[in-house]
Amino acid sequence: MKSTLLTALSVLIVLVQVGASLTLSEGFMTAAPAWWLLLIFFVASATRLMNEMTRWLDAQPNANRLFKLVVPGLFAVVLLTIWQTLTRGYSVPSVLLPAPSDIVLALFNNGPVLWADFKQTFLKAVLAGYVIGCVSGFIVAQLAVKSRFLELGLVPLGNFVSAIPIVGIAPIMVMWFGFDWPSKAAVIVVMTFFPMFINTLTGLQSVDALHKDLMHTYAAKSAQKFTTTQLPQALPYIFNALKINATLALIGAIVAEFFGTPIVGMGFRISTEVGRMNMDMVWATIVVAALAGSISYGALALLERRLLFWHASVRNAQP
Amino acid sequence: MQTPLHHRSWFAVLSTVIAVIAIWYLAALWLNGQQLIKTYERKNQSWQLTDIVQQAYAVKRPMLPPPHQVVQEWVKTVFQTKPSSKRSLVFHTIVTLQSTLLGFALGTVLGILIAVGIVHNRTLESSFMPWVIASQTIPILAIAPIIVVVLGAMSITGIFPKAVIAMYLSFFPVTIGMVKGLRSADRLHMELMQTYFASSSQLFWKVRWYSAQPYLFASLKIAIASALVGAIVAELPTGSQGGLGARLLSGSYYGQTVQIWSALLMASLLGASLVFCVSVLEKLMLRKRGYQA
Repeated sequence: MKSTLLTALSVLIVLVQVGASLTLSEGFMTAAPAWWLLLIFFVASATRLMNEMTRWLDAQPNANRLFKLVVPGLFAVVLLTIWQTLTRGYSVPSVLLPAPSDIVLALFNNGPVLWADFKQTFLKAVLAGYVIGCVSGFIVAQLAVKSRFLELGLVPLGNFVSAIPIVGIAPIMVMWFGFDWPSKAAVIVVMTFFPMFINTLTGLQSVDALHKDLMHTYAAKSAQKFTTTQLPQALPYIFNALKINATLALIGAIVAEFFGTPIVGMGFRISTEVGRMNMDMVWATIVVAALAGSISYGALALLERRLLFWHASVRNAQP
Repeated sequence: MQTPLHHRSWFAVLSTVIAVIAIWYLAALWLNGQQLIKTYERKNQSWQLTDIVQQAYAVKRPMLPPPHQVVQEWVKTVFQTKPSSKRSLVFHTIVTLQSTLLGFALGTVLGILIAVGIVHNRTLESSFMPWVIASQTIPILAIAPIIVVVLGAMSITGIFPKAVIAMYLSFFPVTIGMVKGLRSADRLHMELMQTYFASSSQLFWKVRWYSAQPYLFASLKIAIASALVGAIVAELPTGSQGGLGARLLSGSYYGQTVQIWSALLMASLLGASLVFCVSVLEKLMLRKRGYQA
């Protein structure tokens, strides 16, 4: 009974604090430092709620997977609310750090600009570079698994390349392929090639010897061997590379845009708006980039679950 | 049975390197040659193939400098320039190295702390772990300018803002590796410690920390390479005067391709040697633990 009351009180405090941070006028913390008390209570109640939720979820292994998002979601709300409260409460200049609400406003007010940037950077440069880089890494790995010579020569090269900062080739690519998106795609191709190559090669080599022998006794053709044993065994590794590359590609495109773009693109937007001190716009662009990155990562993870439902790594992850 | 020559690893690596250099020279001939032909045609001069071949490897601002030009520039800026001068590549390397190492150290400490928290607190794991993973899908390098502006407003300048970005990139592999490592402690050992009535800090230092060491070093190799990328990229939008990133940027502004390539060469050497240092430490650590090399 007492604990239910406490939980209800926690929910109430959380809601009040969120509401206060959104509605109170600028500088309310400076005017009345007593608001700190509420903020402290807020953090304590949110922690309590997260503890309870976690305990409840651990006790119910069959709960819907969507419920698992509640705790991290609450955590994000806590961080955003503290951010909102402090920036609004002390009227922090937006040049320094805009409040989350300002960022959301900027996001809605500049929809067309942000969409054009997204199209330029993500739909053109990132997608093209990602597809070319991953496909070529995959194909070269196929060749390397057949030829010991290629494998011995390329794997050390791949390890070496993984130690060096490849984004540095961005200025060269801009010089070769011009200011528009092909130069960014070229950077991404180079960045994504080796992770894909190394991972696919490891995957293809991880094929169980028993499976191989079995297919051999079935007199399987090499194409059949590939689709029935090699590819499925290699898929977890390939997905690993696809996920790593998804983030690398976005970083590559944005960094390459620091070196010169037409007047559109997310990297361009960030560097010019920083110069004009429009920090809310910079943050809005980052929100777009973050969403694009997380959604593509999430989509790949979901696809992996679908395709690899039989694999140990997926089966063990699902309770 | 003797291994055939083309299955020996030194031979394969050597031929790959030779192939890369050969392709490089051919590409340089092709790219710079086209540039030269254009100039000749603009001046309405006649030209011969031999002229092109001779000049393609000595252009002042080539599309693709051939390897020997890059190496010459590298030697010139590393050995024949005073390290205190701004023209010296050593100067820029040291600037980048400082923020890389500071960021790497901060990232390692942060990564270990987060991992320890996650392993010991179930709520922290369920609320924080998804965000640790999500943080890497955010192209953090985009935030680099903001971090520099915000820290600059608090009058924090110099290597620290760059180190923060290097830290952000390097904490992730450490966290992931350490969570795995701290959890990999042998169950029997843990139970034995519990029967000894070990406190949780004793459990940590005597069992968990020990079992996490191999994982830690594997992550550190990735983390230090990421820290270098972070430090270089952080130098791009900040308009900093020194550092390999600044060198790349000024090279691209003034079309100094040889300068860009030699900075890239330096960055690769730096990256490779940093990873090498960590792997030497790893070997020492593993040997101390009794692994056979």
